[in-house]
Amino acid sequence: MEHFASRIPTVGGVFLQMEDELASSIAIVGAAWGGAKVFTVTSGPGFSLMMEHLGYAAMTETPLVLVDVQRGGPSTGLPTLPGQADMMQARWGSHGDYEIIALCPNSPQECFNLTIDAFNLAEEYRSPVLVMMDECVGHMTEKVVIPPAEEIHLFPRRYTSLPPSEYLPFRPGPDGIPEMAKAGDGYRAEVTGLTHDEHGYPAMNWQAQQKLVSRLVGKIRNNVDRITRWEEKELEDADVAVVAYGITSRVAERAVQMARAEGLPVGLLRPVVVWPFPEKRIRELASRVRAFVVVEMNYGQMVHEVERCAAGKARTVLLGHGGGTVHEPEGILEAIREAVA
Amino acid sequence: MSTLINPVEPFLRADRMPHIWCPGCGIGTTVNCFARALVESKLPLDKVAVVSGIGCTGRVAGYIHLDSFHTTHGRAIPFATGLKLANPDLHVVVYSGDGDLIAIGGNHFIHAARRNVDITVICVNNFTYGMTGGQVTPTTPLGAIATTSPYGCFERPFNLPFLAESSGAVYVARWTAYHVRHIAHAMVEAFQKKGFSFIEILSPCPTLYQRRNKMGDGLDTMRFYKQHSVIKNGADTREVDISLQGDIIVGKFVDIERPTLQQAMDQQLRQTLRDRYAGGGGN
Repeated sequence: MEHFASRIPTVGGVFLQMEDELASSIAIVGAAWGGAKVFTVTSGPGFSLMMEHLGYAAMTETPLVLVDVQRGGPSTGLPTLPGQADMMQARWGSHGDYEIIALCPNSPQECFNLTIDAFNLAEEYRSPVLVMMDECVGHMTEKVVIPPAEEIHLFPRRYTSLPPSEYLPFRPGPDGIPEMAKAGDGYRAEVTGLTHDEHGYPAMNWQAQQKLVSRLVGKIRNNVDRITRWEEKELEDADVAVVAYGITSRVAERAVQMARAEGLPVGLLRPVVVWPFPEKRIRELASRVRAFVVVEMNYGQMVHEVERCAAGKARTVLLGHGGGTVHEPEGILEAIREAVA
Repeated sequence: MSTLINPVEPFLRADRMPHIWCPGCGIGTTVNCFARALVESKLPLDKVAVVSGIGCTGRVAGYIHLDSFHTTHGRAIPFATGLKLANPDLHVVVYSGDGDLIAIGGNHFIHAARRNVDITVICVNNFTYGMTGGQVTPTTPLGAIATTSPYGCFERPFNLPFLAESSGAVYVARWTAYHVRHIAHAMVEAFQKKGFSFIEILSPCPTLYQRRNKMGDGLDTMRFYKQHSVIKNGADTREVDISLQGDIIVGKFVDIERPTLQQAMDQQLRQTLRDRYAGGGGN
């Protein structure tokens, strides 16, 4: 964020530190409707404050990126020590029904790459997209390869090419996603957080609610296979799958190497896109591994997804941690040994 | 046969009528003034955006046939700040009520005034949360009855012109729903003003405020406004507090020049970055 503040005026953009996270999270929605690509960054309590506008962005189908560098919580918790306890807040934090896209980098290189992906997903699905870091990844210094700008693929905003007389701001295209019109271009669209019809007009009835919200949910759910992404290591012959994301995945990888050195048949599954969750892959693995060991810096969040998808076909073990520091690889190794036995 | 068309009709989303406002409410009157001010100011209508928060006045954006944004409770001003920074060609008007702008959104109000964001904020002040049943707000006069101040309000209310001026607004006016020409004129001036312009419009809420306080209906309130308004242009904003039954000082109180947020940002960045500054805002 500080680097962005110093760089952006030299490349034609605006940085403004707002008075609070409610303000920053709605100012970017306003700026998006003004035609800008937008993002904001926060940690812990600020993420809680931004939940209202995560919902508003979902309802108004506003493309934006929101980065949460997770610390230990609840409340002010542990500034600035690591945590991964906002994962379910990322999924369910704003009231009402919606689907969300959340990415979880585990290195500075991935922070770079996945932020680009986050912007592209936001434009493609007209949805807020979250980049869920943790304090370790957020503060980490490592080599980052930045490709030439022309090699970076950008998904353009879905601006309408229809004339204003034919345009309805929330009429979905064939893929369920409406085209956008920015303020000032003569479309005079109405945008509201209320349940609305294709005109964007408030519509207070169950039929409008069903039509709109099922579409909002569906535009993500129907594309889960295209959105979700994960990385696998040594899972081919594994009896035990370790599931970890963010910084924890790097500690877990070390533990998997140590276990392999002991001859234990274990591999690693790392969700890169955590929401939507790689449900199908967990279901496939559950039919052939003996157990999942879920390692995360909280007292049990993504483990519920793994357990749900495993559906009793494989045992699911949580190796939780309250945050403040990362797991020890030895502790994970011990959990692996128990799971294999 | 000729058909008469209401001159404000082209500015409204006629397909959204009837509106939700009660008989005797002053919000519709202010919208009428707004439409007339748009005509008079000759603003390019495709470049005017209206942003509202939540509440009865929060519904204004939705009824006006312009780029219109009905945002979250209290957050119309920061939305407008982002919209204006991204698209500086727009004339951005925030149109909302006292509960929305000054209670839940009070922090944003003072910061936008401090920054001198180039927007116009129109606050329809009916001294109550109308949409939710008539609760006390930060502008409810001392002694006034509300559902959540059943024995009379005992909190000192904000004096909005003073709050706006002391926070940094460059244009501050107050009128009542009775003063339709003054309102329209103030709106024209505010649209033309560079920076944070603020207009407070006192408006009857016969259903929830006047009735509970035995102040009659909408017409009685208009009569009250007529009899008790004292026009005092240039009045010291420290002295324009509102009491339950006393005189109401109205007029244009502040009209000064000060660099806007965009101007101050451009100046500072140009001065420090020189030719490395790529220009802020726009797209």
